[in-house]
Amino acid sequence: MRNPIIYAFVAGTCLLSAPAWAQSLKIALSSEPTAIDPHYHDLSPNNALAMHIFDSLTKQDEKQKVLPSLATSWENDGKNRWTFKLRQGVTFSNGQPFTADDVVFSFCRTLKNETAIAGSFADITGNFTAVEAPDSHTIVITTKAPDPVLPNFLSGVAILSASTLPHGKLTFDVANNCGVTGKWPVVGDFNDGKLAIGTGPYKFKSYTKGTSIELERNDKHWGPAEPWANVTFVPVPNAGPRLAGLLAGDYDVIENPAARDVSRIKDDKRFGYVITPSTRVIYFQLDVEREPSPFVKTENGKNPLKDPRVRKAMSLAIDRDAIIKRIMDGAAEPAYQFLPTGMFGTLPNPPKISYDPAAAKKLLAEAGYPNGFQVTLATTNDRYINDSQITQAVAQYLTQVGIRADVDAMARAIYFPRRSKKEFSVAIGGWGSTSGEASSFLKQWPATPDEAKTIGGSNYGGYLDPEFDKLIRTAIVTLDDAKRSELLQQAGTKVIEGGAFIPLHFESSVWAYKSNLTYLGRADQFTMAMQVKPAK
Amino acid sequence: MTAYILQRLIQSVLVLLAVSIVVFLAVYGIGDPIELLVPPQVSAAERAAMIRRLGLDLPVWQQYLSFLGSALKGDLGTSFVHGVPALGLILARLPATFELVLLAMSVAAFIGVPLGLLAGLNPESRPSRAIMAGTILGFSLPSFWKGMMLILLFSVFLGWLPTAGRGETVFILGVPTSLLTLDGLRHIALPALNLAIPNMALMIRLVAAGTTEAMTQDYVKYARAKGVRRRRIVGRHVLRNILIPVVTVAGMEFGSLVAFSTITETVFAWPGMGKLLIDSIYHLDRPVVVAYVMLATLLFVAVNFFVDVLYAALDPRVKLTGDMA
Repeated sequence: MRNPIIYAFVAGTCLLSAPAWAQSLKIALSSEPTAIDPHYHDLSPNNALAMHIFDSLTKQDEKQKVLPSLATSWENDGKNRWTFKLRQGVTFSNGQPFTADDVVFSFCRTLKNETAIAGSFADITGNFTAVEAPDSHTIVITTKAPDPVLPNFLSGVAILSASTLPHGKLTFDVANNCGVTGKWPVVGDFNDGKLAIGTGPYKFKSYTKGTSIELERNDKHWGPAEPWANVTFVPVPNAGPRLAGLLAGDYDVIENPAARDVSRIKDDKRFGYVITPSTRVIYFQLDVEREPSPFVKTENGKNPLKDPRVRKAMSLAIDRDAIIKRIMDGAAEPAYQFLPTGMFGTLPNPPKISYDPAAAKKLLAEAGYPNGFQVTLATTNDRYINDSQITQAVAQYLTQVGIRADVDAMARAIYFPRRSKKEFSVAIGGWGSTSGEASSFLKQWPATPDEAKTIGGSNYGGYLDPEFDKLIRTAIVTLDDAKRSELLQQAGTKVIEGGAFIPLHFESSVWAYKSNLTYLGRADQFTMAMQVKPAK
Repeated sequence: MTAYILQRLIQSVLVLLAVSIVVFLAVYGIGDPIELLVPPQVSAAERAAMIRRLGLDLPVWQQYLSFLGSALKGDLGTSFVHGVPALGLILARLPATFELVLLAMSVAAFIGVPLGLLAGLNPESRPSRAIMAGTILGFSLPSFWKGMMLILLFSVFLGWLPTAGRGETVFILGVPTSLLTLDGLRHIALPALNLAIPNMALMIRLVAAGTTEAMTQDYVKYARAKGVRRRRIVGRHVLRNILIPVVTVAGMEFGSLVAFSTITETVFAWPGMGKLLIDSIYHLDRPVVVAYVMLATLLFVAVNFFVDVLYAALDPRVKLTGDMA
């Protein structure tokens, strides 16, 4: 630099551009959201993205605790009427004020959403018999059956701006289009961003499928301003290149690097990482109904899985800590119940299931299987973290106590349809609680199927415990938190004792980032720019 | 010529029809997409409504016929996963793949053909042996590993090039391209190189083998006896004769790269069609898979036709008549 003027100019430009550069954030995702439309598919990547652009009446914090968002407070009448007080002075990114009309409009949209994937929020709003707005900032919701976890579920229902569609007076009258005179938008209408108008901390900038999703800070957001002026999400589905991108400085934050690769950045001062336990529990579901079961072979021709002693023996035969250490590379927590301790309705001190092959052999002998039996464990190989390796390890542990176990690993596209046809005897499963309450697992998996109450939909093993059924059915309509928590704990104890579900561990999620940042990991595994802050 | 084209057209339609049946049945046979799309806690009524909306409640032959009916009207169905037309989804990704393959094939040809000639003309020389040994490496290194190594070397250690993505694009006639911006070129360099290496090796071997053989042919000897300069013999006579197999293979490779450069696209997160195909197979997104394979078939048919036309231009003995095909 011979010329001092040029030198000064270059230095000046650097100084000027430095803050602008520091304000943009690039995040590499392992799976891309399938749409911008927040009501299209109730899927983690989609919901995580939606939370940048849209707010909901409530929100869940990183531990899935429900907090106020667009609603500042709520109460229910002890039965099925909920009153939500809405936040004053909130505007959408297009400048329109947020009122109760937008809430009614958004609830209607979830029910008037012809392109949506079944079960995407319509199962929540479909339980509403009435939604009324006594004034512009109050919403009264009446549900068909009492729903104690409604505020939890409403954290997922994004609030759109009613100003995006022509309408008359908005009412929750779904049969008559709720007062909307235009055509309800379909999923493709959101992708150019014209309809992606929300009150969230960021606003939509551009979306190129497979390439990037760009957001910019929403200066009209009601909450504290985010530190990032621009956020770009890039889908990099392969874990190796994702980590390489971080190492090369292309990305600021990456989600889900392979846990075994974390050692690569452990001692590197340029990077940091966080391992956060999630609520996703991994377990094996046993066929405790059929006689004989399709993938079990015994000398006496019976189904040994019907015997609680055999189920207990199987659980005792597995060394959970070794699986977590060797296969999961430490990125998991052992599971002795079906939601991590501390979450609503869980046992404060679940009985630890220790690795005890001797006790397992003894139990098997007591049950009349001193020579064990033969069983095939069914597993996915592309759904849960290290799913097929975990199953192989479990098969070896079972074989050690005399239960000769084979593994049948398959792609999820084949596995899930087969499992729902009850084709397996021992099947891997994974479940994350969207409500953050123990009821989520308990009403879906061990409950006796009841179509009208939409419970027991995944009870593929035919688990039947009338006492448990009574507890869970009461719990899910009990609005009193203390009482519900107690009922859920009792119900959970029953399932643990029943042994038809063998819990293994809770998956942990990993995020890696440049060391000039911090990341607050979430139990729901969502990757969000709001979790990233500049390091102090 | 007209009869030839007509015959090729009829053949193509039959091929497309056969491919559509096979792929449709295959994806149908793998499993039920509803199980992957709809979470298990959804009520049976909602699930049934979704199945009806997607037409999955009908017997498979009826599903196929209704697909065929709309296909004839240019509608290849709506993606189960994304809820938007399958064809649009694929076409939106076509430019990215196309430019990647175009660049890779050009690099392969511009480096591969001269090196092949060099190796073929003096097969015993040391550089020729080195080139031929190199081609074995180029062939045998798996694409995935090679891609990761390129990233490690050029992005992580040297920090010269970005690891993934497409970079900045500009629109030319409404089509986005990375080839005209510096940022775009930096992004395309590694994936294009990764795709080019095995093809370069292929071309070197083809050209070298052809050259060695052609140099012993009578027309070369005659030309030499006549006193034609070596340069002209190679450029005018040998090259022209050996290019026929090279053009055939390059054409086929072009087609298969456009349709199935999946691994490279996955490693470099290149937003092309290959990545879309893999994702769609994982999700049993039948409309996209079927539309994709039909499009790929169409591409192969077109490339083959183009190659045949090129033959005629390269080799005066080849005539495009109805009975040739």
